[in-house]
Amino acid sequence: MSRRRVAAVVRREVRDFRRNRFVIVTMAVTPVVFLITPMITLFKIPDSTAGSPARGAVGVISLFLLIVPTVIPPVIAAYSVVGERDQGTLEPVLTSPVQASELLLGKALAVFIPSVAIAYVMYAIVLISVRFGAAHVVRDVVFHPPQLIAQILFAPLLALWSIWACIGISTRATDVRVAQQLGTLAGLPLLAFTSLISFQLVTPSVPLAAGLALALLALDIVGWRIVSQLFDPERLITGRAR
Amino acid sequence: MSTLNWFQRRRIGLGWRPAAWQGWVITVLAVGAVIAVLTLLRGSSARIPIAIAIFAAYAIVALATGGSRAPDVAATDEPEAVPAPRTDKQRRALRTLTARRPSSDAGPAVLVEHLTKRFGDRLAVDDVSFSVEAGEVFGFLGPNGAGKTTTVRMLATLIAPTAGTARVAGMQLAPATGVEIRKRISVMTESPGLYLRLTVAENLEYFAGLYELAHPRERIEQALAAVDLAARAGDLCGSLSKGLRQRVALARTLLSDPAVVFLDEPTSGLDPVASREVHDLIDGLRGQGVTVFLTTHRLEEAERLCDRVAILNTSLRTIGRPDELRDRLFTKTLVVRTAAPLPSPEAVFAVAGVDGWRADGGSRYVVTVSDARLAAPELTRALVDAGADVLSLAEAQHSLEDVYLELIDDTAEAPQ
Repeated sequence: MSRRRVAAVVRREVRDFRRNRFVIVTMAVTPVVFLITPMITLFKIPDSTAGSPARGAVGVISLFLLIVPTVIPPVIAAYSVVGERDQGTLEPVLTSPVQASELLLGKALAVFIPSVAIAYVMYAIVLISVRFGAAHVVRDVVFHPPQLIAQILFAPLLALWSIWACIGISTRATDVRVAQQLGTLAGLPLLAFTSLISFQLVTPSVPLAAGLALALLALDIVGWRIVSQLFDPERLITGRAR
Repeated sequence: MSTLNWFQRRRIGLGWRPAAWQGWVITVLAVGAVIAVLTLLRGSSARIPIAIAIFAAYAIVALATGGSRAPDVAATDEPEAVPAPRTDKQRRALRTLTARRPSSDAGPAVLVEHLTKRFGDRLAVDDVSFSVEAGEVFGFLGPNGAGKTTTVRMLATLIAPTAGTARVAGMQLAPATGVEIRKRISVMTESPGLYLRLTVAENLEYFAGLYELAHPRERIEQALAAVDLAARAGDLCGSLSKGLRQRVALARTLLSDPAVVFLDEPTSGLDPVASREVHDLIDGLRGQGVTVFLTTHRLEEAERLCDRVAILNTSLRTIGRPDELRDRLFTKTLVVRTAAPLPSPEAVFAVAGVDGWRADGGSRYVVTVSDARLAAPELTRALVDAGADVLSLAEAQHSLEDVYLELIDDTAEAPQ
């Protein structure tokens, strides 16, 4: 595994999608769309409210904050293989010494970094806004340690799952749009998993959050292995399996 | 509008890479302002619409300032300025770029033995064997679907052969040697395969990284100089014409100083001047001892450039030097034209070295000979002795195209 080749792939991917207006617009608008309504709900809660409605409102915004890292990756990752094939850029790349694992890792990192960065920035904005603008009862729930740990750990792990699912679909899809739609759907089931903590349906605790994060990490590793197996240059170039 | 441009140059918003210190200052001030507003409005009923307004403003700024510089990306099919003739500067760049290789005593650059590729029921390449010597320009000809590109893809380790073996750049073709082979070769695919939102230099920089080149900047500069594109290094590839994109792809091919260069239809769609540039470049590569494996439909190109050619139509039809193939396929003939029909041609053509003759019109004769250099003087004397007014006597020329058409049944074009 060559770090230099992986870095070259990351740099190229980031340069490319940074200049793609569709990608930038989607990445800019999606978090705003997801957060605006729950933020309004959160700020409407007065100081006199009991804990239960506050927990519900925080659960919604926590869930939406976790949706952001799962819906942003398909915008870029779905394009990563099938898009390159359509554009005719995949074959020259595959004739270079880059290995499939390096190419996939570079592509995944290039999606992972902005997706997680956006998720964390959105979370930071929510935390700052709540700290200075929301009622005490809301603040107590948002700054509850298991809640914070869950958000910080789940965002990158969910993003990784979504990325591997999208790249996997992209290696077999015939069309970028199909890959995007299927990739978005593939990322969503895991949110049920994390909703348990977001909505405090199970008693949130640091060990529980860490345990769920480990389970997500295991799923991500399985996803990476499967995607590496799915990447077949012959099928990608000729449209036929070996 | 100029204000917007100012913001775009500094790249604030979500497209986001503050490209100048002003971008960072604006970003920090914006975040501070949001926090200040939310703090001041704490407990006020006005905070909800103001929060919405802040998000809306954020979205607008992000949309207006982030992302690509759209006008730069617009592709154009406008013809580019005619490229200048090949200069000494280009030749020097090519020499620097490609280390001169000693004449090979380590065997052929490419050795193919019984290579076969089957896609399901369809046989794409059938039992093909040939070798390409180091430093040779080797032409690979055949109709569409003949298996040329499939053969190149097998040799470039992109697809696995169904049967047969090959050695490429001194390495045995096998899954374990794929990376090592790809380090030693370079492939220019028929479509240039450039990233259109990246500049010319950025495209090359990507491949310099994939090849892990030691001095990428110098190599990129030399590669661009070799194809006379140094002045366009900062242009987005999406704004280049097809000819220029092809030259960028050629520069990319030269970047890694490959021992074997595979060029798949390098002049496809190029105008004559641009084609000549490519031909000159191939000649330059030959001069540097680089082995060139040229796939082409253009027979005059193959005839001009290639030391040897192979004609493929799923299986290998023939291989050899163009003149060898002509000699092999066509009998040598002399064409005689006289002012008036000969009264007794059978007597005139009964000279040493003439194997047969036929009249081709009133005063034109096609004479079959075993050796034109011996037969022509004898025949000239016989014609003069017979009192014929000879207008011309010349050896019939067969082109590579004649050879190709003789070997390829153009009605049986192989399916893709």
